[in-house]
Amino acid sequence: MFVLVEMVDTVRIPPWQFERKLNDSIAEELNKKLANKVVYNVGLCICLFDITKLEDAYVFPGDGASHTKVHFRYVVFHPFLDEILIGKIKGCSPEGVHVSLGFFDDILIPPESLQQPAKFDEAEQVWVWEYETEEGAHDLYMDTGEELRFRVVDESFVDTSPTGPSSAEAASSSEELPRKEAPYTLVGSICEPGLGLLSWWTSS
Amino acid sequence: ALCSGGESSGWAVRVCVRPKATRRGRHGSVFQLLTDLKEQRKESSKNKHSSGQQNLNTITYETLKYISKTPCRHQSPEIVREFLTAMKNHKLTKAEKLQLLNHRPMTAVEIQLMVEESEERLTEEQIEALLHTVTSILPAGPEAEQKTHTSDDVTMDEEDPA
Repeated sequence: MFVLVEMVDTVRIPPWQFERKLNDSIAEELNKKLANKVVYNVGLCICLFDITKLEDAYVFPGDGASHTKVHFRYVVFHPFLDEILIGKIKGCSPEGVHVSLGFFDDILIPPESLQQPAKFDEAEQVWVWEYETEEGAHDLYMDTGEELRFRVVDESFVDTSPTGPSSAEAASSSEELPRKEAPYTLVGSICEPGLGLLSWWTSS
Repeated sequence: ALCSGGESSGWAVRVCVRPKATRRGRHGSVFQLLTDLKEQRKESSKNKHSSGQQNLNTITYETLKYISKTPCRHQSPEIVREFLTAMKNHKLTKAEKLQLLNHRPMTAVEIQLMVEESEERLTEEQIEALLHTVTSILPAGPEAEQKTHTSDDVTMDEEDPA
């Protein structure tokens, strides 16, 4: 679920940091900029792995800072499709089951990807697997906080970069707050034997 | 100046990326890296430069917390090498071996999830052999350790949900 990604970026180091080692300052700047952020079509950045190449640094007229082009590798959270992951149920809603990994929250298992037959218990706001046994249906609840194993079946990146005011109509409709969208969302599935709550598949 | 608004899981950022040069990593190796980083940062926090790193602190803390609950926590490079050598006979893909390492499956049903078309590719005996290799070489996770203390008899190959 973690990948190592090669990236290139130009890093600006302000003059008051010149007393420090350049590599240390650059590592810090890169982590400040990228850690815990989503890069479009790449994934959620965790931390710097290493710096592979530093090009010549430049000081431009009117700015005392140095600008260095850096080639580096970054640890990124980006599970591949069909990967099996274990997470915790963050909550249930009519849209499906929301799952969290602790450091990453935007995972949804839609109703059609739950163990079938599934129903949403409106009173308790929880999804239930109506597991059928010889003695009749057995309700298996998907409570918040339970650990669950799921398969990654889809991912979507949303470009959340700010856009300039496009027209007068956009300005007038800005009264209502725009819905904040998650920049990176995973879609999971648990409709296979072995997937779902861990407690469903252990013998204890 | 390239950052932009996002939600819960941080913010969106733009950098130049070379996607072809991407490599998959094991949880174990990431765990090692983050532990080292934590040590380093303990050292460097004595001199006052490392301010404004809340994002790094949050994400490394949460990621470490996640990985330390997995069996990867105790995997050393030597164990991984031994495991991969033992895996040579099983004819699995890299992604499949990676998942075996990350999850340390203990039941046949887990193997079926991680190995594509396992019904056609593996016989029952081969799955048993695979499970044996996985559980004998890879150290147990923190959960399993607790389990062995509490219950004395754990059957490993139960497949039906309770």
